[in-house]
Amino acid sequence: MNDTLVELDDLKVHFPIKSGLLFDRTIGWVYAVDGVSLTIRRGETYGLVGESGCGKSTLGRGLLRLVEPTSGRITFDGTDVRALEGEQMRRFRRRMQMVFQDPMSSLDPRQSVESLLVEGLKAHGLHKDKAAMRTRLRSTLDAVGLPASALNRYPHEFSGGQRQRIGIARALVLGPELIVADEPVSALDVSIQAQVVNLLGDLQDSLGLTYLVIAHDLAVVRHISDTIGVMYLGALVEEAQADQLYERPLHPYTRALLSAVPIPDPYVEDQRERILLAGDLPSPANPPTGCRFRTRCPWSQERCAEQRPELRVFDDSGQRVACHFAEEILRGELRPHEVRAEIVRPGSEAAPGVGAELIQTRTDVPAP
Amino acid sequence: MPLLDVRDLSVVFQQGGKPFTAVDGVSFTVEPGQAVGLVGESGCGKSVTSLAIMGLLPRRGNKVTGEVLFDDTDLLRLRPQDLRDRRGRDIGMIFQDPLSSLNPVIPLGLQVAEVLERHQGKKRQEALREARKLLDAVGIPDPTRRLKEFPHQLSGGMRQRALIAIALACKPRLLIADEPTTALDVTIQAQILTLLKELVDESGTALIMITHDLGVVAGLCDTVNVLYAGKVVERAARHELFAAARHPYTHGLLQSVPRLDAGRGGRLHQIRGSVNDNIPWPDGCAFAPRCDRVIDACIGETVPLEPTFRGGALRCTNPVPQEVPA
Repeated sequence: MNDTLVELDDLKVHFPIKSGLLFDRTIGWVYAVDGVSLTIRRGETYGLVGESGCGKSTLGRGLLRLVEPTSGRITFDGTDVRALEGEQMRRFRRRMQMVFQDPMSSLDPRQSVESLLVEGLKAHGLHKDKAAMRTRLRSTLDAVGLPASALNRYPHEFSGGQRQRIGIARALVLGPELIVADEPVSALDVSIQAQVVNLLGDLQDSLGLTYLVIAHDLAVVRHISDTIGVMYLGALVEEAQADQLYERPLHPYTRALLSAVPIPDPYVEDQRERILLAGDLPSPANPPTGCRFRTRCPWSQERCAEQRPELRVFDDSGQRVACHFAEEILRGELRPHEVRAEIVRPGSEAAPGVGAELIQTRTDVPAP
Repeated sequence: MPLLDVRDLSVVFQQGGKPFTAVDGVSFTVEPGQAVGLVGESGCGKSVTSLAIMGLLPRRGNKVTGEVLFDDTDLLRLRPQDLRDRRGRDIGMIFQDPLSSLNPVIPLGLQVAEVLERHQGKKRQEALREARKLLDAVGIPDPTRRLKEFPHQLSGGMRQRALIAIALACKPRLLIADEPTTALDVTIQAQILTLLKELVDESGTALIMITHDLGVVAGLCDTVNVLYAGKVVERAARHELFAAARHPYTHGLLQSVPRLDAGRGGRLHQIRGSVNDNIPWPDGCAFAPRCDRVIDACIGETVPLEPTFRGGALRCTNPVPQEVPA
């Protein structure tokens, strides 16, 4: 049996930058997602992390074709999703649903919970049998931990955590196989986050769901994911099993990201080594040449400016990384250097490459 | 002598004709050079506490009682013009969203210089030169050009740095930071936290850090106050609080956060219900409806904030037993 549910091959989503009053001239492109290939196995949780503007949300939307990808291939359970047209695509979406970040703005305040849930059923012609529909609504609400009396109430009557449960119920009611959850807990309070994270786990166990969880919170993603992909400026820079990624991050960006996450333990915090990144994310409309990360990378070399590193399989563990010098950095042969924060603005030349000397490991000199 | 001594601070809003107590008798002190954390979830009154200290709450419809002693002067009883002299000079403040706290139509340089002109009587040119130095000190690249730019031309992290520069322009003795990194990405958050830490260490400025993120507090604050429903429920030095939280709320909160250095899996500890589950009885512990350790005494009477033997304080009738180290 084929256990791959979703396969993305060189997916690109580019947005045009328009200008002009009368004619919509396209003056440039925002490379929101620029060539991402990944596979999601059936029943696993794939966590996609990255900072704002790295294209992780666009990737999720592109996968459901809520935004139309520019190029690339999306295969869902053997079906080429991008070849589906109009009505076919609409029907196909029953199998892939989405949970949004902010439940307050993704739920229509004028629709009761029943109407919110029934809307999807109607769209897919599942509302004909009234009795079966009632049972379905009740069992869905039960699954997300809401009472049946919630059906007649409106979103504003619920707390933030309960609203997110409604959002999850709306995705679940159609019986999807894949749920794309875009920042499902980041709008919630800490004590409520745990409830929703647990709920997502329980639902996966009981219904065999596959998740693509998009989040910026590495701790949450690590807790729930089997596989984690790290995105930077529209591209996947590293992908590994969750534990492997934490134990042995290979890409400099992943290392910086992991070291930046605060841990609620003073003893750990006092001793941690931090890799502070200089400056900000460059504009995705004008990405740096070569490696996208080189303008902020403390290990960048001349080669990084010339050649864009491919996402390659690093070793037997299946860990994939897009860095020319992953081996050297891992072995400590490449010393990090100072990176001065640069102001990156659209239209201007990207920062020039910075070179660090490659430290030659010498065996003929005895250690001092 | 403490730099800031907040005594029994209460804030009551009028909400739809009914009084709502947002801050309910909060007391804490800040020593010179100390970093104090106020931690809690949304609605616990942590931001309102800071606004009340600064006298930034609108006067209409709000009742602020208690004392806020800064250098033995009660800030709550100062005339508005005297308070204005102190705000920005003795006490600086950084807010969560830098874009809405900077003026969008005034160049950045003038916004920094304004503080220096107002409080130190500097002339425009001199103030601008000083502003350039300040921007450089908070790590803004190319400060000379930045002086002429507007807030929208800066990234989120840069804006927050600019705000820190404004808050620190007059070398205040106290800096209040209200969720300064919540709107920022983690790598930028790390930059800003490191900057704050360096500034506090070097200048001896005291810091009140208001946040919902326990991780931020763990690395930065000497003493941590945990707030729930407008009251301080637990206070301890950070190493003690994180190692042995006594209040069931703090304890539960620490266990419900997924940790980056913990393995995958399992269920997270849950605190049931939500902050909106208000107590159906007038007295008693506000956390009782959500608490696993609730006993009869939690419901009947008001629970006082008792000092603990390690210099902290606790408001609980049935605290989590202290683990005896093996």
